[in-house]
Amino acid sequence: MLLEANNISFRYTEKSPLILEDVSFKVSEGERIGIVGPSGYGKSTLAKILAGYEKPTSGEVKLDGAPLPMKGYCPVQMIYQHPELSVNPRWKMVKTLNECWEPDDSFLEKMGIEKAWLKRWPSELSGGELQRFCIARSLSPETKFLICDEISTMLDVITQSQIWNILLDTAKERNMGMVIITHNLALAERVCTKIVKVKEL
Amino acid sequence: MIKKTLNRKIIITIFICLALAYLIVISIVGILMDSSEYGVNYADKLIGPCKEHLFGTDAMGRDMFKRCIKGLSNSLVVGLAASIFSSVVALIFGIASAVLGGFTDKVIKLAVDLCMGLPHLVLLILISCMVGKGAFGVTLSVALTHWPSLTRIVRQEVLQLRSSQYVKASARMGKSPFTIAVTHMLPHVIPAYLIGLVLLFPHAIMHEASITFLGFGLSKEVPAIGVILSESMNYITTGKWWLAVFPGIMLLIVVILFDIIGETLKKLWNPGSGNE
Amino acid sequence: MNENILKIEDLVVAFSMYKSGSFKKENLEVIHSLSLDVNAGEIVAVVGSSGSGKSILASAVLGLLPKNAVTKGSITYKGEPITKERQKDLFGKEIAFIPQSVDYLDPLMKVGKQVKGVFGTDERRKELFEKYRLDESAAGKYPFQLSGGMARRVLITGAVMGNPDLIIADEPTPGLDLEMAKETLDHLRSFADSGAAVLLITHDIDLALNVADRVAVFYAGTIVEVAPTADFLAGKDALRHPYSKAFIDALPQNDFKPIPGTQPYAGNLPKGCLFSDRCPYKDSACDADQPEREIRSGKVRCVHAS
Repeated sequence: MLLEANNISFRYTEKSPLILEDVSFKVSEGERIGIVGPSGYGKSTLAKILAGYEKPTSGEVKLDGAPLPMKGYCPVQMIYQHPELSVNPRWKMVKTLNECWEPDDSFLEKMGIEKAWLKRWPSELSGGELQRFCIARSLSPETKFLICDEISTMLDVITQSQIWNILLDTAKERNMGMVIITHNLALAERVCTKIVKVKEL
Repeated sequence: MIKKTLNRKIIITIFICLALAYLIVISIVGILMDSSEYGVNYADKLIGPCKEHLFGTDAMGRDMFKRCIKGLSNSLVVGLAASIFSSVVALIFGIASAVLGGFTDKVIKLAVDLCMGLPHLVLLILISCMVGKGAFGVTLSVALTHWPSLTRIVRQEVLQLRSSQYVKASARMGKSPFTIAVTHMLPHVIPAYLIGLVLLFPHAIMHEASITFLGFGLSKEVPAIGVILSESMNYITTGKWWLAVFPGIMLLIVVILFDIIGETLKKLWNPGSGNE
Repeated sequence: MNENILKIEDLVVAFSMYKSGSFKKENLEVIHSLSLDVNAGEIVAVVGSSGSGKSILASAVLGLLPKNAVTKGSITYKGEPITKERQKDLFGKEIAFIPQSVDYLDPLMKVGKQVKGVFGTDERRKELFEKYRLDESAAGKYPFQLSGGMARRVLITGAVMGNPDLIIADEPTPGLDLEMAKETLDHLRSFADSGAAVLLITHDIDLALNVADRVAVFYAGTIVEVAPTADFLAGKDALRHPYSKAFIDALPQNDFKPIPGTQPYAGNLPKGCLFSDRCPYKDSACDADQPEREIRSGKVRCVHAS
């Protein structure tokens, strides 16, 4: 499988300046591409476009040659920087976890999700715990590509390495493609198969 | 010890129960009251407050306490009907405006601005007169003029939800807009909506009383707080103070109670102040 | 030894909260027996994950805790406790706060007026604007008209208006690009070098190691270890607490090997040492409260530390 962005440009309104200009790149299955650079260069916008959250002003995103599906489950899923904003605060965790697929017990164990957490509200869990749920939620068997936008920036380094070790295992096992956005070069060097610096985009 | 166990949440809950009980008792007693209870009795005319007539009697010898209760219950029924109608309109308009966007949003926003731009009382009187005054006119006019502010609240809430990450993620996980509206949005909108509904009540009651007082609302025969107050104006200069003071206070208490219930619910449901 | 500016001893902060679905209040302890001191001329960085209660520490020192907070322990400034009366004389003058973002500015007031504040003078403001390379025209702008870098410099000038002896900076760098982050840190460094004490609260260990003299490791609501920055750079053998060592191991530039488990949640903490449920060296001695011990010019709360 191949996820490609062809000549993408993006601006919010017609008058605002271009955030992305003529960006092209490719990720194939099993590849983990790191996009590294400081904030303000449109990294997050690119992530949203790749996962179909935003439509590019010009250019297109293609999955195996066809446009990204806008209805039904999207095989390109995204994980955000702030897990507490990505879960409904009025849902118990079990509902959030099972929103699109039902992971079995062994998967939960691998993700480091404790059974007791399932009955809690999001406000009763820490950022690291919530992020595990967000990752588990988006790792449905239908997911072929995963876009990670600064997913461990707000976590402590131990949780960061726990989460990345789990993600890397799963990605290798399923031969999943990943786009990893981070400002931390050391992290990118650890987890990616290829690194792109923002200015090269 | 008592001080320790009575924290704010308990006090508020007790208070809300008491206030609700008071309002429910007034409306039920009023609805069930036979019209002979506050009938004309010229033998007892213009008596000041005493044991038999707690609030005194008026120029036709009618018991003011019973008229007040009946009047308040009438106001509450009108208020309830108007609030429920208004809030349902607000819910539908608010969600439609935020979800459909574009043209629908523009039309609804225009209607909201139009209603809020006109002086409220003028609009009430116009609508009431147009449909021929009376209970129907009052209820309709109050119902038709109270939805804009709540519509704005609902619209705002839904707009904010629509841009939230979990709603967007849900859409990318293949959920339909209808499923998202029911599962993600309703649980958020309901609390704000209920508070809005409660806070609409005092407005509706006050406006019902005001237009009735001005003679554009309920007819003279119906015991309504507005009618009672406007009649009392004729006697106030002759020192019959009880005709105006007691009904006025009763109206004020009901309005304030609703307002406090709404505001405290708002505080309790708001996580920031909920733990004080 | 430099003059001691801020000293926090066995600070405990709890919030009284309603249990969900019940009328009972319970005290949720979020900061437990936390001790820390900051001396004149140094930067002490408090490093911990976001959401673990670091910002509560800043609020406690600044007297900004919400109404339902209960505190124990002592916070002293230049040897005397910070009381309600003293707060008025200190905050904004001797003690300054650099917040996370421009959201802390009044959006409807011109920047110059806000920077000047209640105590400042125009001359001092002009002098500071020049020092921090802010154009004089910036004073007439509203916060939303500032660029990210200018906003950051405005927050700093506002903080140093009264020539403070203690500066508390809460996450001053997220959202800044590398150059601006570095500039902010250089400013903090220059305050310290001119004799002020700086308490830097951050989740970014790399950043802390860049600028701080000492680093305090924040875990589950307490500080488990305070050590000179050099020890962190030297590697895990130079550190004292098992958590700090695990921390170093988990860095991507080192082994990237995590220990299992998660930080315990306030209200559900292990007895005694807060790290004991994840610690490889746990034994019965860990069930007792951990006093602060001084080992090799660092401080640590662990009976097994060496």
